[in-house]
Amino acid sequence: MNILLYDHTFEGFLTAVFEAYEFKLKQVKIVKEALQTEQLFAQTRKVFTQAPKAERVYQKLKSLIGDLGLHRMLYTFLSEDEDIETHLWAVVQYALDHPQRKIIQDFSHPSVLKLSQYEQMVHREKHRMEAFVRFRLTLDGIYYAEIEPDFNVLPVIAKHFKDRYQDQKWMIFDHKRTYGIYYDLHKVELVEMKFANHLNKQEGLEMLVKDEKLYQHLWQTYFKKTTIQARKNSRLHIQHVPKRYWKYLTEKFVV
Amino acid sequence: MNFDRITEKLEILADAAKYDVSCSSSGAKRNNQKKGLGNSTGMGICHSYTEDGRCVSLLKILLTNHCIYDCAYCVTRKSNDIKRAAFTVQEVVDLTINFYRRNYIEGLFLSSGIFKDADFTMERLVLVAKKLRLEENFNGYIHLKSIPGASDELMKEAGLYADRLSINLELPTEKGLKLLAPDKNREDMIKPMNYVKNEIILFKEEKKLFRNTPKFAPAGQSTQLIIGATQENDLEIIQTADSFYKNYQLKRVYYSGYVPIADDARLPSLQSKVPMVRENRLYQADWLMRFYGFKADEILDPNLPFLDLDVDPKLSWALRNQQIFPIDIQKADFEMILRVPGIGVKSAWKIIEARRFSQLNENHLKKLGVALNRAKYFITYGIHFGNLKFLNSSNLKQFILGNTKSKYQDQYNAQLALF
Repeated sequence: MNILLYDHTFEGFLTAVFEAYEFKLKQVKIVKEALQTEQLFAQTRKVFTQAPKAERVYQKLKSLIGDLGLHRMLYTFLSEDEDIETHLWAVVQYALDHPQRKIIQDFSHPSVLKLSQYEQMVHREKHRMEAFVRFRLTLDGIYYAEIEPDFNVLPVIAKHFKDRYQDQKWMIFDHKRTYGIYYDLHKVELVEMKFANHLNKQEGLEMLVKDEKLYQHLWQTYFKKTTIQARKNSRLHIQHVPKRYWKYLTEKFVV
Repeated sequence: MNFDRITEKLEILADAAKYDVSCSSSGAKRNNQKKGLGNSTGMGICHSYTEDGRCVSLLKILLTNHCIYDCAYCVTRKSNDIKRAAFTVQEVVDLTINFYRRNYIEGLFLSSGIFKDADFTMERLVLVAKKLRLEENFNGYIHLKSIPGASDELMKEAGLYADRLSINLELPTEKGLKLLAPDKNREDMIKPMNYVKNEIILFKEEKKLFRNTPKFAPAGQSTQLIIGATQENDLEIIQTADSFYKNYQLKRVYYSGYVPIADDARLPSLQSKVPMVRENRLYQADWLMRFYGFKADEILDPNLPFLDLDVDPKLSWALRNQQIFPIDIQKADFEMILRVPGIGVKSAWKIIEARRFSQLNENHLKKLGVALNRAKYFITYGIHFGNLKFLNSSNLKQFILGNTKSKYQDQYNAQLALF
């Protein structure tokens, strides 16, 4: 078996695909570098990400599986699941072996189906983050939000927030992956921070404008008053708003 | 801003608006141009869910709960002894903008009790929308509740600034309305609805000629019916909804199970339960009409005018029409596949796509998201299949129910769960 180690980036993965074909490797397994485990009887090689190689694979795939297929691959990738490379690699091979078929529609192929399921999962998380981000206005005039999504969705939610909040500075920070996206009224940039303040904690509160607490309070009031007690259904509530998101939801924490 | 006073108003006026079930924020595309605030893509977003499990996507409030009417089913009715309050136009604008900037909401749903008269009230609702659009450059969603009896001129202005307009029919039949809302008449509700429908058609015509025709209520109209406050049956309700979909091109009809709020001889007693299961079945029936190609008179027939509470209306239809089944999943056309219990619109499409590549089997369908515990009795895969022997059985319903667990089970199961 040939094990290809890549650097966790989508470009890196595409480079690995290129090299698998370039060196005509048989029985390929593409693995994230940090997850490498010693295997007997396996040939291990390290892939150095190269943009031109990645670009060629990208264009080739685009002609075979279209924008829809690439979209599915990218979303699968963002799921960060341990198993994704196996399915992505299987789909790439299937596509290259059958250039005449629209293989991305073939849901009877296990990996094609798997990709559409990953896409669905990540898409749900993307949608949830578009819904559950709660901005708080800081003294620097930046609307600041913190999230901890299951999947790495910051790259795919940036456009949504950029389109929507064009006249305010904002930042969304992913605590799990310790990076954020920041919009400065012109463009969105990636921001890496090792130690971000958890604004939920009491010590973060003095960073907020005076009215912020009042608006949070108004939102909580609204949230409470809009429930119909005679129809209360906690199970359904939790199904829609899973508890793991609560700590960043204004309506769910104590101001 | 006096926050204590605003908080108090919000408490009163959100509380009074919560019985309106419309929460949709979809269907209107409004691009953010010139660095304004907000951008509507046409897709709605539920930003939260109340503890009763309903979507919170809009700031849903009344402008005021003062009202000249005395409708028996309404908390805001004139004769009810409750605290009254009214927002100013600017207060509603500020709340909307500040909630939107924090990503709490998709926009505003503004309704109102009627003070003085219909036009006086409607004018203020329109003023809020106008300020949001013109002064705040706001491109979020705005849903205005039109006031029955409002004049055409005001409806016209409302449609220019709002994404959706609605008037609640309140009760499915005219008879029910006479009984519970003697001051209101159906004609006053339908007239503005008709006007808005015609304006929307006109807009579409003009749009073909002039690209810059201003938008008119791009997300269309909707209405709401209260269920279970009067004696009407499900067939009457579905027929009412169907005729409004057809004649007024409504985008949605909402069904709201009556929540007992008043001790009144004309109404169900204060102890009566909210008819949740019935409401749920009505929504399912509504979906069958809007997305599955069912006609109102297929869903229920006059001899059985109530929906089966045990099973969903699609399964109920299939059980009544067993002679049509089984259908071959490999060959049947899309419309028929849609009619199989347990197969939704998405999985029906996937079946059509996937069967071009392979002969489908049970395993494929399961992975495509089909609810096989129901579907398996109604389909074949071009080969003999064991479950079909049940198809002609009079106990088919029991077989299927035996494999399904309803989330409402505890509501119609009187037995105590001790273990």
